Amino acid sequence: MSTVAERLPELAAAPIPVTMAGALNQALADALATDERVLVFGEDVGTLGGVFRVTDGLATRFGENRVFDTPLAESAIVGTAIGMAMNGLRPVVEMQFDAFAYPAFEQITSHLAKLRNRTQGRVELPIVIRVPYGGGIGGVEHHCDSSEMYYAHTPGLRVVTPATPADAYTLLRQAIDCPDPVIFLEPKRRYWAKETTVLEPAGAGIDRAVIRRTGSDVTLISYGGALGTTLEAAEAAAEDGISAEVIDLRSLAPFDEDTVAAAVARTGRAIVVHEASRFCGYGAEVAAQLSERCFHYLEAPILRVAGFDIPYPPPNLESHHLPSVDRILDAIDRLQWPDAVNGTKAGR
Amino acid sequence: MNPSTSLPSRPADLLPSEVPLSLIDPAGRPAPEGELTMPADEVLQRLYRGMVLGRRFDVQATALTKQGRLAVYPSARGQEAGEIGAVLALREQDWLFPTYRDSMAVVARGVDPVEVLCLLRGDWHCGYDPARERVAPQCTPLATNTLHAVGLAHAATVKGEDTVALVLLGDGATSEGDTHEALNFAAVFNTPTVFFVQNNGYAISVPLAKQTHAPSLAHKGIGYGIRSVLVDGNDAAAVYAVVSAAVARAAAGEGPTLIEAVTYRIESHTNADDATRYRDRAEVESWLVKDPVSRLANYLTERGLLDEQAGAALDATAEAQAAQLRARMNVDTVSDPRDLFRHVYAQQTPALRRQEQELLAELAVTEATEEDHR
Ligand SMILES: Cc1ncc(C[n+]2csc(CCOP(=O)(O)OP(=O)(O)O)c2C)c(N)n1
Ligand SMILES: [Mg+2]
Repeated sequence: MSTVAERLPELAAAPIPVTMAGALNQALADALATDERVLVFGEDVGTLGGVFRVTDGLATRFGENRVFDTPLAESAIVGTAIGMAMNGLRPVVEMQFDAFAYPAFEQITSHLAKLRNRTQGRVELPIVIRVPYGGGIGGVEHHCDSSEMYYAHTPGLRVVTPATPADAYTLLRQAIDCPDPVIFLEPKRRYWAKETTVLEPAGAGIDRAVIRRTGSDVTLISYGGALGTTLEAAEAAAEDGISAEVIDLRSLAPFDEDTVAAAVARTGRAIVVHEASRFCGYGAEVAAQLSERCFHYLEAPILRVAGFDIPYPPPNLESHHLPSVDRILDAIDRLQWPDAVNGTKAGR
Repeated sequence: MNPSTSLPSRPADLLPSEVPLSLIDPAGRPAPEGELTMPADEVLQRLYRGMVLGRRFDVQATALTKQGRLAVYPSARGQEAGEIGAVLALREQDWLFPTYRDSMAVVARGVDPVEVLCLLRGDWHCGYDPARERVAPQCTPLATNTLHAVGLAHAATVKGEDTVALVLLGDGATSEGDTHEALNFAAVFNTPTVFFVQNNGYAISVPLAKQTHAPSLAHKGIGYGIRSVLVDGNDAAAVYAVVSAAVARAAAGEGPTLIEAVTYRIESHTNADDATRYRDRAEVESWLVKDPVSRLANYLTERGLLDEQAGAALDATAEAQAAQLRARMNVDTVSDPRDLFRHVYAQQTPALRRQEQELLAELAVTEATEEDHR
């Protein structure tokens, strides 16, 4: 069985159809091929190729020394990655699912995030922790957490999340090259989303947000699994005569405040959309920063469309929890449009 | 409580046997005399009954995934002797701490199968009442349930109750730090806990050889000062015998036991997994001939404890139970969205009440719009 990595010529110039899982696979293959310090390890990433097949074929191609299965212990995976990085390697490790990264939390927060600081810059840990995260796949409990804020709140960690196959490739290559530890959050519901694209390491910087759709009336700010829904909502809003701009944050930590603030200063209205619970969610930080930086440009309060403040629901109830196009459109309606007949710009 | 009083003086008393203990060999013949005592005939018959019903339940659950009635199902086919043998060894007042793999064990403990499958059907997380059933919610974060079992058992000691906690875990889960912390806690506090490791050869795709370098998983007990037993996990009689003995020791204040039951996962990790990617058919075949159910059937038949008529009657019961389960699972359930907000805190917070109202208002609008379109 040929893997995605084998089928694609390295850095192919012609656009090819690729899934996010395939793009990530290619990024790992190219990183392994270009830098012998790169290692890939975790649970089921070797022979099986990962439960989402992101590491498919890599063990065969690069050998067990560089791509391997570990004993089942997440704390050990991250802890040993730290030791390996201290000895000059660049580990890329996988946590099988969002909630199964928690046993590694101590290694991540007490060491991975802090070693540079503790040693006054003498110890560098260029480690990438890949974490499939978020819901929308009908998964049972502990398989659907949006865990980004645990990491984003921890100084010293970079937290990034791609929303498209092309960006998954670029961001992962950048994350592997990055001298800081990177929590690389992969939105599971987008793994099988296909795009015809060229995969290339160069692109927007690892810490930059990008504008996915231009618009002049309102800025919709999202990331990861919720970006697709946000783009659909922007499309639907256009039919109502509202021109919505959509920003894909990509980097949650650090936050690209310049790009986002400039956009919101132009439109004067902003909504943050994410799957994670609203309370202390990423939207709270964005709203706070924007009100600090763009207060005089704002025409309305910054709104959040987010998951409820509940543990992730069982499959049969998850559709109620996830941000939907309608919920985003409702939020747009509530943005205090001036020329409205009954409080909404389009009079919906 | 003096933790050290019950410690055996010699390491040899703690170490497991070199080969797994057994009572019935794979062909169904009595194993050579050993340290285990054959359970009573009536117990053997109950074990057989439990395994036949358990296997039928398991096959039915797998079928329900194909019909889209279950989101996913991790089968325990091939592990019936462990699932049933361990659970039947429990007394009424004891507690079971199962994993996602152990639906069969939970059903054998007496929990309504539809309540058990609630999780995998996607209706709610845990469908049964743990306190009423004395069964903790099936645990997915690996090895975390070991500590709960130690805590519950220790609480029983503190309260002066005669309760033993049996925790189920897999070979893979023994690599997690929690397992080791639990074993140590249990030993230090001499808690009435039985650790039952089902070594089915794999943690998803990862074989045991990549999980441990120990002579056996049971050998891990010695470092904590825990008595350890290695048992043939496809021999229901032997499993029952060692778990019963461990439960009796725990109840008598003699502390925890670590049991490794050597078995095999016949099916893929779950219906979503493809085991052909990491193991060959010949290996599976080699375990099919060690089938726990036919092994006990052969033994019972030889002993005159099972005849064709009784076998047929049991098969008919299994079929009837499967048909009933199918029928009950084929009913479309309606989940109440208000449940989302109901059990987050003891008392609903104002914020959650507001969010519930938001959702209900939204659903009312959707319903009205749908009405309009009809
Ligand atoms: C802490 C944690 N890490 C990873 C997983 C993902 N996972 C689910 S089952 C499994 C393999 C477990 O193997 P084992 O303990 O042998 O039990 P078995 O499935 O064979 O019954 C893995 C890695 C998990 N559930 N919890
Ligand atoms: Mg196993």
